[in-house]
Amino acid sequence: MGRISFSRKSLGIPYALFLAIFVVAPLLVLIYYAFTNGQGQFTLSNLTGFFTNPNTLGTLCYSFAISITTTAVCLLLAYPTAYILAKSRLKAKSVIVMIFIMPMWINFSLRITALKEILTLIENNLAFYPFLNAVIGMTYDFLPFMILPIYNTIVKLDESLLEAARDLGADEREAFLKVTLPLSIPGIVSGIAMVFLPAMTNYVVLDMLYNSTYIMGSLIGSYFAAYNWNGGSMIALILLAIICLFTLLTRGMEEEDNPRGGALL
Amino acid sequence: MEQRENIIELKHITKTFEDGFHAVEDFNLEVKRGEFVTFLGPSGCGKTTTLRMIAGFDIPTEGEILLNGKPITNLPPNKRPINTVFQRYALFPHMNIFDNIAFGLKQKKMQKSVIEKKVKKVLELVDLEGFENRRVSTLSGGQQQRVAIARAVVNEPEILLLDEPLGALDLKMRKEMQLELKAMHKELGITFIYVTHDQEEALTMSDKIVVMSEGKTQQIGAPEDIYNEPINAFVADFIGDSNIFNGIMTGHLRARFCGGEFDCVDDVEEGTHITAVVRPEDVILTAPQEGTIRGVVTSVIFKGMHYEITVESGKNEMVIQSVRSAKPGDQVGMRVDPDNIHIMIAEDHTNIFAVEINKNHRLEYNDTLLDTSLTKIIRGSKRAEDGTLLDASGEEIDPRKIRVMAAIGPNDIKMTDHQDEGLVQGYISNLIYKGDHYSYVIHTDMGQDFVVNDEYLWNMDDQVGLIMPVEKMTFSVKR
Repeated sequence: MGRISFSRKSLGIPYALFLAIFVVAPLLVLIYYAFTNGQGQFTLSNLTGFFTNPNTLGTLCYSFAISITTTAVCLLLAYPTAYILAKSRLKAKSVIVMIFIMPMWINFSLRITALKEILTLIENNLAFYPFLNAVIGMTYDFLPFMILPIYNTIVKLDESLLEAARDLGADEREAFLKVTLPLSIPGIVSGIAMVFLPAMTNYVVLDMLYNSTYIMGSLIGSYFAAYNWNGGSMIALILLAIICLFTLLTRGMEEEDNPRGGALL
Repeated sequence: MEQRENIIELKHITKTFEDGFHAVEDFNLEVKRGEFVTFLGPSGCGKTTTLRMIAGFDIPTEGEILLNGKPITNLPPNKRPINTVFQRYALFPHMNIFDNIAFGLKQKKMQKSVIEKKVKKVLELVDLEGFENRRVSTLSGGQQQRVAIARAVVNEPEILLLDEPLGALDLKMRKEMQLELKAMHKELGITFIYVTHDQEEALTMSDKIVVMSEGKTQQIGAPEDIYNEPINAFVADFIGDSNIFNGIMTGHLRARFCGGEFDCVDDVEEGTHITAVVRPEDVILTAPQEGTIRGVVTSVIFKGMHYEITVESGKNEMVIQSVRSAKPGDQVGMRVDPDNIHIMIAEDHTNIFAVEINKNHRLEYNDTLLDTSLTKIIRGSKRAEDGTLLDASGEEIDPRKIRVMAAIGPNDIKMTDHQDEGLVQGYISNLIYKGDHYSYVIHTDMGQDFVVNDEYLWNMDDQVGLIMPVEKMTFSVKR
């Protein structure tokens, strides 16, 4: 028979090729640079250097502080907003949700420049409040990413579960604490993942706010700017490891709490 | 303490939603302690809304709900000694079975050891011993159902509300659960209020059935009473299979319907417009000359326990359940014992008759096209370019699967000597003087009696044509 046999496996070739070229290869290059010195010899000095240098460790801690604060502020703002949006009986609900998402479509640099002007107007000199401004800038940038997944989980919440809780003797507050809140955890987790991780590395926002604050992203940038590719690669690799760890942790939580998924991530 | 006989009373309950929809209108009910009451009706009849008002999820627009004689109309659900088994179970997916069942007990701040004992006991009751640590998602539909029942029952409510709890189960499981629920009701002695649209389920399980339609109570009674003595055509049609005919009393204990005169046992005044109900199992097939009416068999379906035989007699159709088979095309006679004919006085004299959808998907009666829009009658339907009728999802509608009923008031029909001008022809078989007008009964060639009001005197047995303007008719669809 002259039929051309076309294995389903061969359909995966382009995808595998893409993965190899754009994911695996750069990663290998990154690892190569991270564990070699300028002469191309294997060394662990980049790794030990990172953990012994108070400068880099300080930046890591500072990045964490900014990320955690930003995530917390985002969560505090986003949860009530998402809750009210999801629970309201407004017919124009989708329009209001759109209003919260629309900033994401406006050019990023335009948004941050506008924010910069407003902050300058209020604070006179942006340099006085580097931490505050960093948090404000990132919150402004990342808030929609927190609202959306939370909104999605609350909107999909089965109303009869709340009625069941009320029926079994819970008042409205208890029903919220025992049913709505635990069941919106998948949304919260994916919201956190979408805010916390970018906040660790996104230094463009800070740059544009003329912010002197130094976070992990800026640190890597400075290493590469100074042609220290090996040190920069190691920091990038460490950051990658942290992110992987975090993702694994949250993924585990999500699956346990809601096997049906429902969140954005 | 005085033990009242009625555990819950609903008085003149009306519920109107924000959009103006009357879900429930002037609903009255008394439920005795320990009773198994079923709300039965088609979807959208207000039965679930009524249940939700008893549970406290909805507040009545008007009326009062009394529990043990005390008003609870505006009490929130968590303050009522009433628990609900929800339609889709509504088990908490983030808790295991133990925590689900213990939810209500923990809410009451009971001791841990007491809670554990109670949960264990109720799991035995629903036959799920050892399921405490299982997650909800690992359970089958039937098991989830049992957990939902256990979660409600464990609180020892005064009333257990069940909102179509078996709707999502397959037939075999449903039958099993029906018996188990009934047994559980006996064992626990709790008052059950059960909502279903399945008449068989209602008949099997209940002490008392409340038949509802369009927000109103149609009939309240024991299953036997409702089956044997339906109060109106709706109840007769909804409970069990029925043949329903419009007819007229032609003499003392004699009624004419379906093209024949039958003896009956209901003493209704001569000349009264009636609705006659005959259960399919009560029709006796005979030789053609021995029957009260005769007809031709049009279809025979084997149903396991019996054959379902459809016989066309004139323009009327009779469905019969018989253990004896017949062949399509057979000439048969039909007889009904007087005892088995249920006569109801027609509430009004509106003439209701079946109209046909012909093969071109147009409405016709007596081979005459009715000039009206069929797409407006069948909600959500539209016409394809070639004229075929499509439903909301774009599928072709099978005209044999829907019956369109037309209704026209007795004042809207005119009689004429020119028979051809009428939509249908017949002779005057009855006339009653009603003070300012005559009320005529015209027995048509189609085999149906029409009531017509006219201020002029016509003679008995006059041959007339009936002019029925289409714009005066209202149409409804029965599936």
